[in-house]
Amino acid sequence: MGHRDKIHKLGRTKPHREAMLANMAMSLFTHRVIKTTDAKAKALKPLVDRLISTGKQDTLHAKRMVARTIHNKEVFKKLFAEIIPQFTDRTSGFTRVVKLGVRKGDGAPISVVELLTEKVVVDTDEKGKKEKKAKSTDSLPKKAAPKPKAPKSTVKAVSKAAGKGSSAPSTKNK
Amino acid sequence: MPLPKRRHSRTRGRKRRTNWTMTLPNVSECQHCHNPKLPHHICTHCGYYNGRQIIDVKEV
Ligand SMILES: [Zn+2]
Repeated sequence: MGHRDKIHKLGRTKPHREAMLANMAMSLFTHRVIKTTDAKAKALKPLVDRLISTGKQDTLHAKRMVARTIHNKEVFKKLFAEIIPQFTDRTSGFTRVVKLGVRKGDGAPISVVELLTEKVVVDTDEKGKKEKKAKSTDSLPKKAAPKPKAPKSTVKAVSKAAGKGSSAPSTKNK
Repeated sequence: MPLPKRRHSRTRGRKRRTNWTMTLPNVSECQHCHNPKLPHHICTHCGYYNGRQIIDVKEV
């Protein structure tokens, strides 16, 4: 039943797994959206959430804890200069995993991991959904979406995220 | 080593394989472009999921 299986081992030894997940976290902070297998995405999410959560403390100690995983100086700088300031309105749940389909070749289920750097919009419609996120992506206005459930979704131009994030998700095959 | 003792008839083999049935995947409709899509998956036609554009479909 999978009770108490907190660690997704991914068929790797501990150092291998930790190195791979660290690399994936750095890729995610670089590109904001990455494609990977379902299993790796699920293993990556808690790590990234914890990194951002720790980084939000913004103390020297917190930075050192994050630097244990984020070895790349450029990514480290970007994380603290650009990404963490965008999460001021969130206290948790900084990432999202959405299933994409299966990979040609081996049929592995593939997911997309993204940083939720857009603004949180509280939506109070009949469905009772607590919050809705609106994200401006490329040149598609949100109003055009014939979606009755999210009428209040507003476009927030996150220029960096829109350009780089959704148009060029990197593939991570490790 | 295991070795077949007798030849199987075609009927016997075919009878065994009658249960090799395939099932169709559950298909739902995309709320954005109304094309068929897999439930709980990003739409492969428009890249939307739950009212949000998540991927750019052109490069997929
Ligand atoms: Zn669609």
